[in-house]
Amino acid sequence: MSTVCCIDLCRFFVQGEQTVRALDHVNLEIDKREFVCLSGPSGSGKTTLLNAIGGLDKPTSGEVWVAGQRIDGLDKADLANMRLHHIGFVFQAYNLIPVLTARENVEFVMQVQGVTASERRDRSMALLKEVGLEDMEERRPAQLSGGQQQRVAVARAIVSNPAMVLADEPTANLDSVSAEHLMGLFVNLNEKHQTTFIISTHDQRVMSYARRLIGMVDGRIVTDEIR
Amino acid sequence: MTRMPVTILFRLAWRNLWRNYRRTLIMLGAITVGVWAMIFMTALMRGMVDDMVKTAVRSLPGHVQIHHPRFRDDPSIANSLPPPGEVLVDALSSDQVVGWAARVRVPAVVTSERDTRGTTLVGIDPEAESGLSFIADDMIEGRFLQSFEDDGLVVGRKMLDNLETKLGRRVVVMSQDAENEIIDRGFRVVGVFESKLETTEERFIFTGRKTVQSMLNMNEDVSEIAVVGSSYRDVSNLLRLQQVLGPEQELLPWYELDIYLGSMLTMMDGFVLIWIIVIFLALSFGLVNTLVMAVFERVREIGLMQALGMRPAMILLQILLETLLLLLVGLAAGNLLAILTLAALSDGIDLSIVSEAMQMMGVANVLYPSLQIGDIVLADVIVIVLGLIAGLFPAWRAARYQPVQALTTV
Ligand SMILES: Nc1ncnc2c1ncn2[C@@H]1O[C@H](COP(=O)(O)OP(=O)(O)O)[C@@H](O)[C@H]1O
Ligand SMILES: [Mg+2]
Repeated sequence: MSTVCCIDLCRFFVQGEQTVRALDHVNLEIDKREFVCLSGPSGSGKTTLLNAIGGLDKPTSGEVWVAGQRIDGLDKADLANMRLHHIGFVFQAYNLIPVLTARENVEFVMQVQGVTASERRDRSMALLKEVGLEDMEERRPAQLSGGQQQRVAVARAIVSNPAMVLADEPTANLDSVSAEHLMGLFVNLNEKHQTTFIISTHDQRVMSYARRLIGMVDGRIVTDEIR
Repeated sequence: MTRMPVTILFRLAWRNLWRNYRRTLIMLGAITVGVWAMIFMTALMRGMVDDMVKTAVRSLPGHVQIHHPRFRDDPSIANSLPPPGEVLVDALSSDQVVGWAARVRVPAVVTSERDTRGTTLVGIDPEAESGLSFIADDMIEGRFLQSFEDDGLVVGRKMLDNLETKLGRRVVVMSQDAENEIIDRGFRVVGVFESKLETTEERFIFTGRKTVQSMLNMNEDVSEIAVVGSSYRDVSNLLRLQQVLGPEQELLPWYELDIYLGSMLTMMDGFVLIWIIVIFLALSFGLVNTLVMAVFERVREIGLMQALGMRPAMILLQILLETLLLLLVGLAAGNLLAILTLAALSDGIDLSIVSEAMQMMGVANVLYPSLQIGDIVLADVIVIVLGLIAGLFPAWRAARYQPVQALTTV
């Protein structure tokens, strides 16, 4: 069974006289454990596609299925629950809640899920260690570098073992050393936890890690290759 | 599925509250001063009314009174009561009763060698009256009555002035007996009292109860029995005396005896409520503004929290919790400040500068603020309930943010 399935997915933005076709009849199927890169120039619809898959935005038409459930018609509360239990997110920037420490940020999703305090602590510490931030647990986001913040976000995205992680240009604000480190982490987690990864990027270094590379132009999928 | 992760919501609310600590402190200052004003001013107003009621109640009515049912329409000898029987005396000796006194009270005319005045002749038992009514405490000249058989006359200072007579002189008091015959009797003025209210000094003249009873041929009959309990605020215990009364006896609380005074106290409760709400409304503008700003500044992280799986209801609850914490801290400070200032003023506030005007309203020179637990609770409950209602608007706005819009707002 596929983890993600998009059927004839369209998302149009109407701006005055103009209609922007951010997603134009996209058909896509992604299986469990895949490591997918969405590539394409800026404005090609990568973010819009990730948002639709993550239930952050409602498509204009078409269907989105996640883990066997059709999500495009769900209300806000059900979508929030779906994200809470099935999806980990890494956004391009501004990933962390400023008033919480690194560890509290990692624990956030588990806390909303209702995981017990001791289990939260064990799991968040294990993951902070895995992303190399075990001594930074008490720091607030403002006291962390951009790369460290992204790593905290990654730890949070996978700490509750979601079926998939959606990462929108996760390396865009990182120097190349941090970017390499982050991608290494993704590959590692994909192999170790069998998590599905869908990463949007227009960064060549990131694409080189992908085992499936999907190319988008003007809201359409133009290439889809397994490597 | 509907359970709320309360711990994290509290943590977020509390930390967000102190994030822009300057704005929070300004708002807290406003709430503190507002709550202080609610409680402090209410205590002052209560103190004023307290004083008015106590003075009025002491100037004869007592907390409840027993009369003949027709006495209030026609306070003549014909509408008298027999002296209290054994059952009633028994009931009046209960713990709930602090003191009671049987009096004779008749309309009368008092004449000196120079002038004549209408007044009320009151025959009392001075021992029973001590602690019940004011006269014994407020003697300025001569002596008070010594027994219920005393045949001296105690008059108010103003009355003495009106009659242009003096202590030790004789006056004639004229009234009607049960057969409507005019009866007069000479009295020597043995004492002069003063009262906070000048009208009281003209309204009553006092002598021994027995003296009036024999003057008007009324045997042992009395006009009224005044009873005082522990507090004028709650006379329900005293009203139970009704059970031992006969059909020719009527029991009324002070607020029905003096309807003006009674409605004053009810009006006061309304006043307190309006005052608290008016102050709250002034505060609410700042409160809503503060919360709207706090939410607006956090559009992105609210979107982030939603993207991570916080349902809109949790966002709403989080902002309401933040509102609640702000209110609770402000209330704690405001209550404390009010209690401290009132404690510092517990010896009374000297109003002698404005006393002329106040005296006309029946208020003493020294005002004792009266802090009622009920008023504090009322102020706090109103602030919390209305404050949360004010917080609903920003909270609802925050919960309505679309995660994707919120995340792309820069
Ligand atoms: N909220 C929006 N309102 C209007 N147009 C939008 C909105 N979001 C995206 N778009 C448009 O949709 C197209 C695809 O955008 P996006 O998915 O962000 O591209 P990418 O992430 O590949 O850079 C762009 O032309 C963009 O301007
Ligand atoms: Mg994008």
